[in-house]
Amino acid sequence: MNLHPVRAIYMAEMARTRRTLLQSIVSPVISTSLYFVVFGAAIGSRISEVNGVSYGAFIVPGLIMLMLLTQSVSNASFGIFFPKFSGSIYELLSAPISHLEIVIGYVGAAASKSILLGLIILATSNFFVPLEIAHPFWMLFFLVLTAVTFSLLGFIIGIWADGFDRLQLVPLLVITPLTFLGGSFYSIDMLPPFWQTITLANPVVYLVSGFRWSFYGISDVSLAASVGMITLFLVACLATIGWIFRTGYRLKP
Amino acid sequence: MNDPIITINGLNKTYEGGFQALTHIDLAIQRGEIFALLGPNGAGKTTLISVVCGLVNPTAGHVLVDGFDNITHYRQARERIGLVPQELTNEAFETVWNTVSFSRGLFGKAPNPAHIEKVLKSLALWDKRNNRLMTLSGGMKRRVLIAKALSHEPRILFLDEPTAGVDVELRREMWDVVRQLRDNGVTIILTTHYIEEAEEMADRIGVINRGELVLVEEKAALMSKLGSKQLTLNLHSPLTEIPANLQRFELSLAAEGFELIYTYDGSQEEDGHAISEFLTALEREGVTFKDLNTRQSSLEDIFVDLVKERA
Repeated sequence: MNLHPVRAIYMAEMARTRRTLLQSIVSPVISTSLYFVVFGAAIGSRISEVNGVSYGAFIVPGLIMLMLLTQSVSNASFGIFFPKFSGSIYELLSAPISHLEIVIGYVGAAASKSILLGLIILATSNFFVPLEIAHPFWMLFFLVLTAVTFSLLGFIIGIWADGFDRLQLVPLLVITPLTFLGGSFYSIDMLPPFWQTITLANPVVYLVSGFRWSFYGISDVSLAASVGMITLFLVACLATIGWIFRTGYRLKP
Repeated sequence: MNDPIITINGLNKTYEGGFQALTHIDLAIQRGEIFALLGPNGAGKTTLISVVCGLVNPTAGHVLVDGFDNITHYRQARERIGLVPQELTNEAFETVWNTVSFSRGLFGKAPNPAHIEKVLKSLALWDKRNNRLMTLSGGMKRRVLIAKALSHEPRILFLDEPTAGVDVELRREMWDVVRQLRDNGVTIILTTHYIEEAEEMADRIGVINRGELVLVEEKAALMSKLGSKQLTLNLHSPLTEIPANLQRFELSLAAEGFELIYTYDGSQEEDGHAISEFLTALEREGVTFKDLNTRQSSLEDIFVDLVKERA
């Protein structure tokens, strides 16, 4: 492994974040804060505790997960889509660099941004609700693994997309609905029994549940199921990326 | 001079959809030469370059770069190559310095500000180093692409249509830059559809048409063809064969013996010897003519003939 190209890609991507600080950091933090104000403070005060946790505190892990998923996907997809769109991808494809190095550079940068964002939102939420983190190691584990996995997914979407509309398609039509319906704002035992079963098919349920468990020790599904699901997702994304590079799909004619 | 830095063997490329862009290309690029790949639009120039640089997967055949297979040993092969693409593609919001430094890193080299400075100065970009790319003119942007390609000290430089859409003055500057690179030992392969450019720059010229390499020759050899002239005489009465006393001249008959064509070396013709000698000999033989014309073949004619032949 040659670290120079990895570093070059990583630093260039992080420089892009600095250039677009408002869009990539400030705006997600503000929009999450709005969720806290609306759901946590305004509506939350009228909702009773969920499994012994105040509603405002209950939604914190879900909100962080919501941002983590959407930002990881959009950061990583844009990072690889833009050179494809501008044509400057020729340089990446003609460079003496392995597929793994390309992925580490792009996905590493996108995941770093998301993790940073997650931590900022976590710190911000502390202003609105009293926070406790029961299992800090597991909290970081889910934070990092989710950021990496969904950055990989974003990378795949960025390669697959052949226009800006498609780039937005998956985050808007798949990720956001799955996250909203994945127990970010409620515990799935609040749902009617039929929907409780349906909702178990939503992978985000496992991520939110595991992440929430690391905060409050309460979960909708078992920890093993959460860890299993995120690992499965990670492996699926890695396999897809492996296939993309092997076949040159949408990269090399 | 038999030390190829690039060897291309039996290269075929058929795109998805069945379009055959390259047909059995065999080519050796010599170390330190400027090789011009000449061909009309859509002939396969860019595809050929793209296969060598790893942007396009070949359907068959292989490419050796300095002895390294460009697929199985892609690291060694690619680190020797710099590519300047045809399209002006770059990250609009980056500065010149950052984008050139990025390229060096991407090609696996440790940062070396002194080298970047040298490259930028040689391309007259030093004053613009802190400018964003979007603020530069088209010519400047092309130089930035050259700077990016040179950032990792390649031994081979591919220039895909380097002067397309570039004004005359800048084109001359670009040629100077290329010559300077060759003097520093860089092998240069450039594609162009300007014959003038190939004439001006190249040591050897390859003509590609419809995916086939139809000719590869030293420029000097091509130029001697270029230098040849033809004198065509329309005779009063037809000849059935070339008279014995005229056999020492390079002659041929056409139009059922009514046309006598004399081919001579135009470049040696400054004192007019060849023609007057021929005309004197012709008079002595009693051959008379009613009209005459001369024409000089240009590289363009050779090129057009080659391309037409294959069409």
